[in-house]
Amino acid sequence: MSVPLSARTMDLAEARSPARREWAVFARRLARRRTALFGLVVVTLVIVSALGASWLSPYDPIEQNITNRLRAPGSLDAAGRAHLFGTDHLGRDLLARMIFGARPALMVGFAAVAISGLLGMAVGLISGYFGGAIDDVFMRLADIQLAFPFILLAIAVIGVLGPSLPVIIVVIGVSSWVVYARVVRGAVLSLREREFVQAAHALGSRDGRVLVRHILPNAFTPWLVVATLDMARVIVIESALSFLGLGVQPPTPTWGGMLADGRVYISTAWWLATFPGLAILVTVLGINLFGDGLRDTLDPRLKL
Amino acid sequence: MKIFLARRLAQSLLVLLGVSFIVFFILYLTGDPALVLLPPDSSEEDVQKFRQAMGFNDPFIVQYGRFLVGALHGDFGQSVRHGEPAFSLVVERMPATFQLSGAALLVALGLAIPAGIVSAVRRNTMLDYISTVVALLGQSMPTFWLGIMLILVFSVQFNLLPSSGRGTLEHLILPAITLGLFTTARITRLTRSGMLEVLSQDYIRTARAKGVSDPPVVWKHALKNAAIPIVTIVGIELGTLLGGSVITETIFAWPGVGRLSVQAIYNRDYPVVQAAVFLLSSTFVLVNVVVDVVYTYLDPRIRLR
Repeated sequence: MSVPLSARTMDLAEARSPARREWAVFARRLARRRTALFGLVVVTLVIVSALGASWLSPYDPIEQNITNRLRAPGSLDAAGRAHLFGTDHLGRDLLARMIFGARPALMVGFAAVAISGLLGMAVGLISGYFGGAIDDVFMRLADIQLAFPFILLAIAVIGVLGPSLPVIIVVIGVSSWVVYARVVRGAVLSLREREFVQAAHALGSRDGRVLVRHILPNAFTPWLVVATLDMARVIVIESALSFLGLGVQPPTPTWGGMLADGRVYISTAWWLATFPGLAILVTVLGINLFGDGLRDTLDPRLKL
Repeated sequence: MKIFLARRLAQSLLVLLGVSFIVFFILYLTGDPALVLLPPDSSEEDVQKFRQAMGFNDPFIVQYGRFLVGALHGDFGQSVRHGEPAFSLVVERMPATFQLSGAALLVALGLAIPAGIVSAVRRNTMLDYISTVVALLGQSMPTFWLGIMLILVFSVQFNLLPSSGRGTLEHLILPAITLGLFTTARITRLTRSGMLEVLSQDYIRTARAKGVSDPPVVWKHALKNAAIPIVTIVGIELGTLLGGSVITETIFAWPGVGRLSVQAIYNRDYPVVQAAVFLLSSTFVLVNVVVDVVYTYLDPRIRLR
C-alpha cells in the first residue's frame, strides 16, 4: 500500500520542479566519482571543525603554559594531559591551534572568492555581451592585473594598509577577478549567438533581462568550477600572507603563522612546522579533488 | 608579422602604463608619504619642507606624471633604508632572481614533459596513476611548507644540502625544487591532456596506419602539436615563478628581488617596493611578448587573426 503511494509522490515532485530533478541527477553523477566524493568529505570536515572549533578542540588554542613547551606529539604534559600533535614554543596545544586555524583560512577563502567571483561575473557578462570598446577596456585591465606578481602586490598593499581580516579579504578579492571574467566572457560569447537568446530578443526582452534570465544561468556552471578551484588558491595565499606575518595577526591561530613559528624551531621540534602544513595540504587537496570532479561532471570538455 | 609584432608591443606598453599607475598608487595609498619616508622623530616643519620639496602637495595627476617620467629614466627615488637609488638596488638583485626562476623552470620542464608524455602514452597504467597523484599533490602543496620540509629532511636531518644563501650549485637545488613544484604539477597535467587530445587525432591514426612505429609518432607527430599550449603556459607560469620567488627567496635567504622587496615592505622602504614591483612586472610582460612571437612560429594560424 505504501509503495505505490510514495512512487506517486515522487512523480508529482518531479513534475513540479524539473530543476530539482536535474540537480538530483547531477548530484548522483558527482557522487559516482569517488575522488570528488572524498574531496567533499575532506572539505566538509574542515568546515565542521571551523564552525565547531570551540566544542571540538581539546584545549584552548591560545592558553600558554611555558612549563609544557615543545612537547613531542603524543606525549603527556606535567598535568597528565595528552597532546596528540605536541605543543609549541609557548606550550600551546598544536591540535587545538590547527582546528582553530581553519577559521581564518575558510573565512578569507569564502569572502575573497565571493568578491572576486561577483566582480568577475559582472565584468565577464558585460564584456562578452556588449563587446566593442567596453570589452577592450576590460580585457586590457585584465592584462594589467595579470602582469603583476600577485603575491608581491598583495603584500605591498597589505604592508601599506596594515594587516587585518577585511584588508586581506578585499585585497585578495579585488585582484582575483580575471579568471572568472575570462571564463564567463568566453561562455557569453557563444551563448549570445544561440537561438534561445535570439528568441528572447525577438520577443522584445531588454538587454538586462536577457543577461540575467537567459545568459547568466547558463554561464553559471563554468563560473562555479572556477570558484571552487580558486578557493584552493586563495587559502594557500592566505597562509602565505600569514607565513610572512601579513595575515590575521596573533594571538589568533593561523596555519601560515604556525608554520612561521615552527620554522624557527625546525632543528629541535619538527612537528611545529609539519602538522600545520599538512592541514593546508589536506584542505587544498580536498577542494582541488572536489573541483576537478565538479568540472568533469558538469562538462568534461571544459579546460580550466 | 610586423603588424602583429607592432600591435603586440603597443599592447604591452599600455599594460606597463597601467602597471606604473598601480605601482604609483600603492605609495599614494599610504596617505601621507612624507610621514612614511621621513624618520618618525622629524619635526612638523621638516615634514612640511620635505612635502614641498618632493612635490607631495601637487595634484595627484601631476605627481603621477612626475613618477612616470622618473620611472622611464630608471629613477624611482632613493632607498630610505640603504641611501642608494632604489632602481640600482633592485637591478643588482635581478640576476639572482632570474637564476632561481630559470632553474625552477628547468626543473619543471625537465620533470613535467616526460611525466606528462608517459602518462598519456601509458594511460591508465600504474605510471599514469602515480604521476597524476604526484601532480595533484604538487598543485595542492603550499610552496613555503615544501621548502621547510626540504630543509628539515636534506639540511637538518641528513646535512646534505645548504638551507640558505647563494653561491654554489648546491645552494640552488632546494630553492629551485621548491619554486618549481607547482609549475611542474601544472605542466604535467597540461602535457598529459594535450598529448591525449593530439593522440586521438586523425593524422596520428594515419601515421600509425602507414606503419610509423611508436616512438616517432609520439615524439615527432604528437609532441610538436601538443607543444603549443605548453609554450603558452610557460609564459604565464613565469609570472607564477617570479611572484613565487618572493616566498621561496624568503625561506632560503636567497639574495634576490623577492627577498629584497619583502624586507623593503617591512622597512617601509617604498621606493624600493615600487621599483621591484615595476621591474618584475615589466620582465613578465616582456617574456610574454617573446612567448607570443615563438607561438606564431609554432602555429602560423595565430598570425592571421
